[in-house]
Amino acid sequence: MLGQSLQLLFAGVAQGCVYALVALGFVLIYKATETVNFAQGDMMMLGAFFGLTAATILGWPYWATILFAITVMAVIGMGLERVVLRPVLGYPTFTVVMITIGIGYVIRGIVTMVPGWGTETHALPTPFGNGVVRIGGAVIAVEQIAVIGMTAALVAALFLFFRFAKLGVAMQATSQNQLAAYYMGIPVQRVNMMIWGLSAGVAAFGGILLAPVAFVHSNMGFIGLKAFPAAVLGGFGSVPGAIVGGLIIGIVESFAGFHLAEGFKDVAAYVVVLAVLLVRPSGIFGETVSKKV
Amino acid sequence: MGAVLELANVESSYGPVQALRGVSLTVPEGKIVTVLGANGAGKTTTLKTISGIIAPRKGQVKFRGEEIQGRAPDRIVRAGLVQVPEGREVFPLLSVEDNLRMGAYTRRDADGVAQDLAMVFGYFPILRERARQEAGQLSGGQQQMLAIARALLARPSVVLMDEPSLGLSPKLTKEIFDIILRINRERGVTILLVEQNAHMALKVADYGYVLEVGRIVMEDTGARLAEKEDIREFYLGMKSGGVRGERRWKRKKLWR
Repeated sequence: MLGQSLQLLFAGVAQGCVYALVALGFVLIYKATETVNFAQGDMMMLGAFFGLTAATILGWPYWATILFAITVMAVIGMGLERVVLRPVLGYPTFTVVMITIGIGYVIRGIVTMVPGWGTETHALPTPFGNGVVRIGGAVIAVEQIAVIGMTAALVAALFLFFRFAKLGVAMQATSQNQLAAYYMGIPVQRVNMMIWGLSAGVAAFGGILLAPVAFVHSNMGFIGLKAFPAAVLGGFGSVPGAIVGGLIIGIVESFAGFHLAEGFKDVAAYVVVLAVLLVRPSGIFGETVSKKV
Repeated sequence: MGAVLELANVESSYGPVQALRGVSLTVPEGKIVTVLGANGAGKTTTLKTISGIIAPRKGQVKFRGEEIQGRAPDRIVRAGLVQVPEGREVFPLLSVEDNLRMGAYTRRDADGVAQDLAMVFGYFPILRERARQEAGQLSGGQQQMLAIARALLARPSVVLMDEPSLGLSPKLTKEIFDIILRINRERGVTILLVEQNAHMALKVADYGYVLEVGRIVMEDTGARLAEKEDIREFYLGMKSGGVRGERRWKRKKLWR
């Protein structure tokens, strides 16, 4: 019984890591530009396809695949900000949100048209194989441990970046007080562009990590629908919140899928979100800052 | 000494609302110049136009002889002109030290930044004590000190200050003004000061302008402005003796 729970826990955490990474992308862009990027899931999907291309067609090793997908997506993310979103700066949030939904549709459309990508499902080869580790009575796939470890490494790297790198601190500063950032000579628009790049890169990483768990296909971006409640659960606008929210949703899904009746797995996440929001309307890590006058 | 900053017939507007209707002023190197005016006179707009937050529709802003109007704010900061915004505008969730480091964002010389950090800690010892705290937790006066210190870290030759006394007690206001004066005298930083507290502003300023509904209506040295009848009445709230009847009438109106 304990072993089984441990096994479910690991499966949930591994899945939750992917939710967390997509949620992180939502939160980064939201904090910086107060826009919800509904194309986040589709950017993840596109990243996975770039990874797939590098791995199967070019035959690159796994780590090079990851670097390739992240780099290409970061460039695409920055390009999207520069070409599509910067011109609508200052328009109502609704307009910008509609545009991001549009970007998502366009990405999905383009992917189905690319020869070799199309509408089929593909398997992304990973070096982890089908090995398992036995802990107590639990059988845990090496893949899951790898997913968890790699997410932890990325999150640690991001933490160090935001805490110590000048650009990282500037990103925080810009998201906390954009006007003051302008006054200090921080090139706010360039910083926002880099946040889009960072967010797209994180999405690509999430897409590749999802590959051992699910297949690569043009609709995998709908995972964004699970990552969004993860971000809300953590308190939209909180980076640690996005990660914790993602993990919670992954774990809840994993247990609900096993213990509850068929179909509960997909709604469990939303039930948890509703329950948490009833108790804490601003989410688990919701920040409320009141300005001193 | 020549003019370091010059505005010539600057007109700025927010959409259809014209806030500046041809403002011309000169800031000489190493001096403190103040711009007085009531709410909505266009003081903040003037500063925002200088620092590139809004582009003027007409007119020139010259910094050391070079036209800078309409340039991106980060290029203007790099040129050595930085603004202490109205209402402090610190980064609330960053530590005091990180706030200061953001002030030095445009700089590449780590040694110089470290020196200047020590310099501002000298002016504001409380910031050294609170270096690790989030800026949002500081009191209003400490936030104002942080905002000034942060601007100094860009190592500017001209600082624009927008209402540094806003919301501060008279004692703190005096402290802040003493430090503004010291920064000007000791570091040779030119200061363009916008204030509602005309009393304090005229005390420290070498030269002053009065702005009303987007136009400069009066200019003179600080000392002489402080003596002018209109200024004393409208900005300093003083009335010379002999008009008591009118004052009584005013008081009556207030009670209505």
